[in-house]
Amino acid sequence: MIAAALAYLAWSVSSLHVDPQRLLAGFGRALNILERMVPPDFSRWELLLKGMEESLQMAFAATLAGVVLSVPLGIAAARNLAPRPVYLAARGFIVAGRTFHEVIIAIFFVKLFGFGPIAGLLTLAFSSTIFLGKMLAEDIENVRAGPIEAVRATGAGFGQVVVYAVVPQVLTRSVGTAIYRLDANLRHSTVVGIVGAGGIGQTLSASFSRYDYDFSAAILLGIIALVALGEWFSDRVRRKLR
Amino acid sequence: MSANAAKRYPEVWRRRTPGETLAGWLWIAAAAFATAWSVSALDIEWVFFKDAHVQAADLAERMWPPRWAYLPQILAPLVETIHIATLGTAIAVVFSLPLAFLAARNTTANGFTWAVGRGLLVASRSVNTVIWGLIFVAVFGPGPLAGVAAVAARSVGFLAKLVAEAIEEADRGPVEAIESTGAGTGQVYLIGILPQVLPVLIGTTVYRWDINVRESSVLGFVGAGGIGLQLYASINQFMWQQVLVVLLAILVVVILSEAASAWIRGRIS
Amino acid sequence: MAAAPAGAKPPLLAIDKLTKVYPGGARALDAVSFTIERPEVIAVIGSSGAGKSTLIRCINRLVEPTSGSVRLGATEIVGLPPAQLRQARRRIGMIFQEFNLVDRLTVMENLLSGRLGSVGFLASFLRRYPPRDIANAFAMLDRVGLAGLQDSRADALSGGQRQRVGIGRALMQDPDILLVDEPTASLDPKTARQIMRLIGSLAAERERPALVNIHDVALAQGFSSRILGLKAGRLVFDGPSAELTPAVLTEIYGAEDWSRTIRPAGEDEEGA
Repeated sequence: MIAAALAYLAWSVSSLHVDPQRLLAGFGRALNILERMVPPDFSRWELLLKGMEESLQMAFAATLAGVVLSVPLGIAAARNLAPRPVYLAARGFIVAGRTFHEVIIAIFFVKLFGFGPIAGLLTLAFSSTIFLGKMLAEDIENVRAGPIEAVRATGAGFGQVVVYAVVPQVLTRSVGTAIYRLDANLRHSTVVGIVGAGGIGQTLSASFSRYDYDFSAAILLGIIALVALGEWFSDRVRRKLR
Repeated sequence: MSANAAKRYPEVWRRRTPGETLAGWLWIAAAAFATAWSVSALDIEWVFFKDAHVQAADLAERMWPPRWAYLPQILAPLVETIHIATLGTAIAVVFSLPLAFLAARNTTANGFTWAVGRGLLVASRSVNTVIWGLIFVAVFGPGPLAGVAAVAARSVGFLAKLVAEAIEEADRGPVEAIESTGAGTGQVYLIGILPQVLPVLIGTTVYRWDINVRESSVLGFVGAGGIGLQLYASINQFMWQQVLVVLLAILVVVILSEAASAWIRGRIS
Repeated sequence: MAAAPAGAKPPLLAIDKLTKVYPGGARALDAVSFTIERPEVIAVIGSSGAGKSTLIRCINRLVEPTSGSVRLGATEIVGLPPAQLRQARRRIGMIFQEFNLVDRLTVMENLLSGRLGSVGFLASFLRRYPPRDIANAFAMLDRVGLAGLQDSRADALSGGQRQRVGIGRALMQDPDILLVDEPTASLDPKTARQIMRLIGSLAAERERPALVNIHDVALAQGFSSRILGLKAGRLVFDGPSAELTPAVLTEIYGAEDWSRTIRPAGEDEEGA
């Protein structure tokens, strides 16, 4: 087992053609870049702030769109609510949609809608819908059947059964998932800019291509602060929900 | 109920107190405000939406049929993608252990080392793999080496955070037993704590590996190696039939690695 | 099992040749017929898989019967279209083994859910029930011994308390009949007897019959006046509880020593 792992490691390392010279040169260059990154240049804070604001807006709008669209998708992908063909179609859509990295989806939206935050927004909305839909479907499938039977037995209609027996069982978890997704969208909003889909990632990508490393450092610190803050907020809210 | 007929019962019952109702409305107002702010400021050109479905249909048409002749050319980059994920994850494991001990409250040396550990953790986790890729391409130049470094840099924080949590929850019993034998701190960590957190480390490593396969599929966009390079090039050259082949190949690789990871994790636990 | 005398009111419940065949061919009920003429507690006994649960669920069509007839007063339930079926279900209260409360809702909401068949969707969504329903719910809370717990969440209660809420919910419907499915199987012996006594006294107070599935023969005998015995989907015994003899039990359950199981009626304070 260990021998096989070592053999694989050797094979993969050799196939990547890692050149020790380049590796060493890299460390030298890393020091150089690091030197140029310090001190971070916050003089263009307006540009930085605008990028972060755009990322935040993309994340908010995409989460909301995802929440709204994930409800029909989640119901369609729940084995215990949806008819079989609808269930299979919805599951297939989820599997295919989850496979592709946000950046791949973003590049298609950039091709369709042009450069800018709209492509980023649509990308994040798309992947949020898939993610939230999958989680909702699983929550619905794990609902206890007993209360549904009991509420039906009182003579309640379908809407009342959903409101009284299904919603209470999935609501808290769903709100928690949505808040987690808001946090995840904030992270992802920093990266879709790499292919021109707006947000702070686009600002960062531009600064790197100009070798503007002290500004890059400022942007990176901004991203770290933004993402850490988002995670702290989402952890807090979710802990309160429990 | 006849026995209680004389007694008067309240005819009003509210699910929530007025304070709770107010708090609920405030949350809704805040969400509505955030949404309005987000959508208005993104200044969306709604005209783009009008012909989007036509454009999408057009794109889909140009993708069909897939140009399977391209497949042999992308096999090597596909293998490279998996190598990047595996090596990056392996390096991350090595660095995550010391970082986890540094960032766990009960094993760190003092407040300062704990803050350093936490800071590294946050920095590693907050920067996306692709952005790490951007940085390492500047350092090592384009190629898979930058990709491996990027995957490792992002995964260290991911692994170390979960292992640090496991260390903080580790059973004190074995630790005290080894301390009582007069062992040094290093030995206590190695014999008393490491075996307890090993299952967590292995489980998260396998889980992270399959996330990393997905991440590696786009590292090529910033020049950090793997199949992303071929995808990006095909898109920029409008070779849509090639794009479809690459997308299908990624689909298969990602789904297979996800299944493999789930299978291994299932066998461990 | 005499038919109702001509000209008299129809029986409270009349089951005729009720049959249920599950997909796959399992015959859970085989031409079961009986009538309930007066408000009394009727225990349905039989080994697991004998069809007790299917019988009860076919009456309010949570399980769709294959053939036969279920008449609740003057209403034929089998074949009712959905809207009328919901109307009919309002008149049938049901109590479950696993209580089947909605855990995250309050006790009050669980009680009020018994009124769902009688209020509109929007009113029930907004928790705006008629004042009379609210007052009745508070009275019910008092009656089942849970006064003051209206704002507790259902999952914060003990098993016995949860079953009291379940009983309250069924009675909030002001039903014509109570269907009770193994009400004590998830409870300890002492609580089980308390719950059976509560069901019995509530049924008597309201002059409604209760059809109770139960696998504990001693409990069945202690708290019911009539017993139905099911075996492999067929009704093999229908008579007063006092007539439940070892020979009958052998017929229902198969050969076993029954001398210690059967108790003289009325000896219900004995700890089990």
